Amino acid sequence: MKRIVTAIVHNRSGVLNRVTGLLSKRQFNIESISVGRTETEGVSKMTFVVEVEDNRKLEQLTKQLNKQIDVLKVSDITDKAIVARELAMVKVISNPQIRSEIQGIIEPFRAAIIDVSKESITVQVTGKSDKVDALIDLLRPYGIKELARTGLTAFTRGHQPQVTEFKPYSLLK
Amino acid sequence: MKAQASVKEKAAARTGADLLVEALVEAGVDTLFGYPGGAVLPIYDAIYRADGSFDHVLPRHEQGAIHAAEGYARVAKRPGVVIGTSGPGATNLVTGIADAMMDSIPLVIFTGQVAKGVIGTDAFQESDIMGITTPITKHNYQVQEIEELPRIVKEAFHIASTGRPGPVVVDIPKDISSMVHEQKVSSDFHLPGYQPTINPNPLQINKLHEALRTSKKPVVLAGSGVIHAEASEELKQFVQNYQLPVTTTLLGLGAYPGSDELALGMAGMHGTYAANMALYECDLLINIGSRFDDRLTGNLDHFAPSATVAHIDIDPAEIGKNIPTDIPIVSDAKAALVSLNDKEAFSLEHLEWMECIRNNKAEYPLWHDQPEEAIVPQWLMQKVYEYTGGEAIVTTDVGQHQMWAAQYYHFDRPNRWVTSGGLGTMGYGFPAAIGAQLAEPTSTCIAVVGDGGFQMTLQELSVLQERRIPVKIIIVNNQALGMVRQWQEKFYQERYSESIIDTQPDFVKLAESYQIPGYYIDSQETLEASLPEILSNDQPAVIDCRVLQKENVYPMIAPGKGLHEMIGVKR
Ligand SMILES: Cc1ncc(C[n+]2csc(CCOP(=O)(O)OP(=O)(O)O)c2C)c(N)n1
Repeated sequence: MKRIVTAIVHNRSGVLNRVTGLLSKRQFNIESISVGRTETEGVSKMTFVVEVEDNRKLEQLTKQLNKQIDVLKVSDITDKAIVARELAMVKVISNPQIRSEIQGIIEPFRAAIIDVSKESITVQVTGKSDKVDALIDLLRPYGIKELARTGLTAFTRGHQPQVTEFKPYSLLK
Repeated sequence: MKAQASVKEKAAARTGADLLVEALVEAGVDTLFGYPGGAVLPIYDAIYRADGSFDHVLPRHEQGAIHAAEGYARVAKRPGVVIGTSGPGATNLVTGIADAMMDSIPLVIFTGQVAKGVIGTDAFQESDIMGITTPITKHNYQVQEIEELPRIVKEAFHIASTGRPGPVVVDIPKDISSMVHEQKVSSDFHLPGYQPTINPNPLQINKLHEALRTSKKPVVLAGSGVIHAEASEELKQFVQNYQLPVTTTLLGLGAYPGSDELALGMAGMHGTYAANMALYECDLLINIGSRFDDRLTGNLDHFAPSATVAHIDIDPAEIGKNIPTDIPIVSDAKAALVSLNDKEAFSLEHLEWMECIRNNKAEYPLWHDQPEEAIVPQWLMQKVYEYTGGEAIVTTDVGQHQMWAAQYYHFDRPNRWVTSGGLGTMGYGFPAAIGAQLAEPTSTCIAVVGDGGFQMTLQELSVLQERRIPVKIIIVNNQALGMVRQWQEKFYQERYSESIIDTQPDFVKLAESYQIPGYYIDSQETLEASLPEILSNDQPAVIDCRVLQKENVYPMIAPGKGLHEMIGVKR
């Protein structure tokens, strides 16, 4: 199963290596990882999308991360109400004729063209991973020259539904 | 004391290395195991100038230093301290660091590093020791600013010795250790990401207490967590309150008196029949401070299949890692046992179970052949036990002799047993004995080693020669890599690939060349006539004890098999 796990870490040199080294040593599959600074000086946040076999493996993952001295807090937010986004840039082969066709495709995704050349355009899209996937699928037939994704970053919503109104849904299926 | 004062007087112009020395004194360190080199010259200079503050032990290889520090830590119950130079000095420490990590041994290891300005340029004797040791340390540091040094040292000792103990590396660039610093620096620290849970959740303690009430077949499994927590007395009380059978892991030997009636001996791959069957058949398994290592559990599908599992461990990540746990108790072993002992005790209805266990003990004891004259290693271990009254500190190397020592030497007290369990590091036993003996100079300290493993670190005989440390080295000499030979006999149709080694040094002459008394023993008669004296005098000794090559360690759980599928249970 796919899970979204976040870790709040001390922004010290080597911390990324500690965390990724730990995950690879324990044979966890990282699908994506994104890291950046937070509102607190010296503290960064990592967001992982990981593929784990079962709950026991998942528990191991969070416990092992928690053991790291530079890791301050670990949360599995998959089943929480969250906002999650990733950004992708897609360089698509195109000439002036099909440019408007592509424009039509990307519009419902609220994506933008951020670079244009004679043979290609670059599309930028932001959103949940499945939305990004969907757009990439639509662009593929035109010929994708280059693709870069940031990986998911996420946090929990300001308001968490009470258990009664809580309908677990997964962003990642 | 005098030296400490002299360091303070020079406070005006202290180098980073002086700050390190002060921090070590403040941490209560009196023994160092280390080896000098370019990147630690400033540190060695500061040690020299701190004249007499430390007993510095100079091994003949860095691996010897770190295993000695491990032995020291085990017996002294405080962190072993190691110094190595950058590059090869540091990489020579790696095996010991990994060993300490596996067995939760508190160590603080200082490595020299090239100057900050050239880190990353493949400078002379540069190695990325941070990268190399990140996966095998509890934590590691590279000092970036001189002001951080005292704080980092203090943190390192704190982290190494609290919670689940382990090794911490502090990498010190040479410009930092030689830099002069005049301000006073604070060593206060705050570690929000490191707050070990010491006290158990009372609800879980209640749950365990209740589970005891309904249990008909309880068993206690004691691991080295009990020893680290210094909880043997509390364990004894708990076990006596409810009359519980107790088995231990390899590293847990001595956590509960091995010669007690309720003791089943060691469990696991070469555990006793009674211990393994108790784990297999129990309905309540109380694991205190063991990590359910695969050498203990055998095939997980057959491990305690009908038991309610309670697991007390200070490391939450160990709970549920290998074995699903019904009653998880994250706690220091001592704190958990104190809470349990505070509860009202009751008598269990487990007469039948105890009867069955007594039967297993009587019916299926450890056994071995007994030839007329030749020595079998099992008998050798029994004799060593007998001659030392069970009171010696015993260190071992890795292999058959290690298992025989574990089976036949019954430890009644903790911190007498020093062995490499998790990593299984050949070359560990002898240097570990040096550290153990330094921690307790007046105890008899015996290094039980194989002829293979001894040759991996025997250069440390120089340390015995130099200091006349009275370590007794017993080479269980089967002229083979016995444990490998046993597996080849059993599982590779006796194809003895590279495991029979009949070329050896003359160990007696070797010892003599280090001015250490050497003995050659090849019969029961000579052993009985000479060993008691050798073990009780105040000299070091190298004892080349010739044993039958073809002996195997039994009982045994073959790889992939369950606890109940032991072979070699009976002759
Ligand atoms: C450093 C290292 N290399 C290899 C091994 C694999 N190994 C485990 S036991 C063993 C044989 C040890 O032989 P010896 O020291 O003579 O002891 P014995 O088994 O004969 O008692 C070997 C090679 C190991 N544990 N450690």
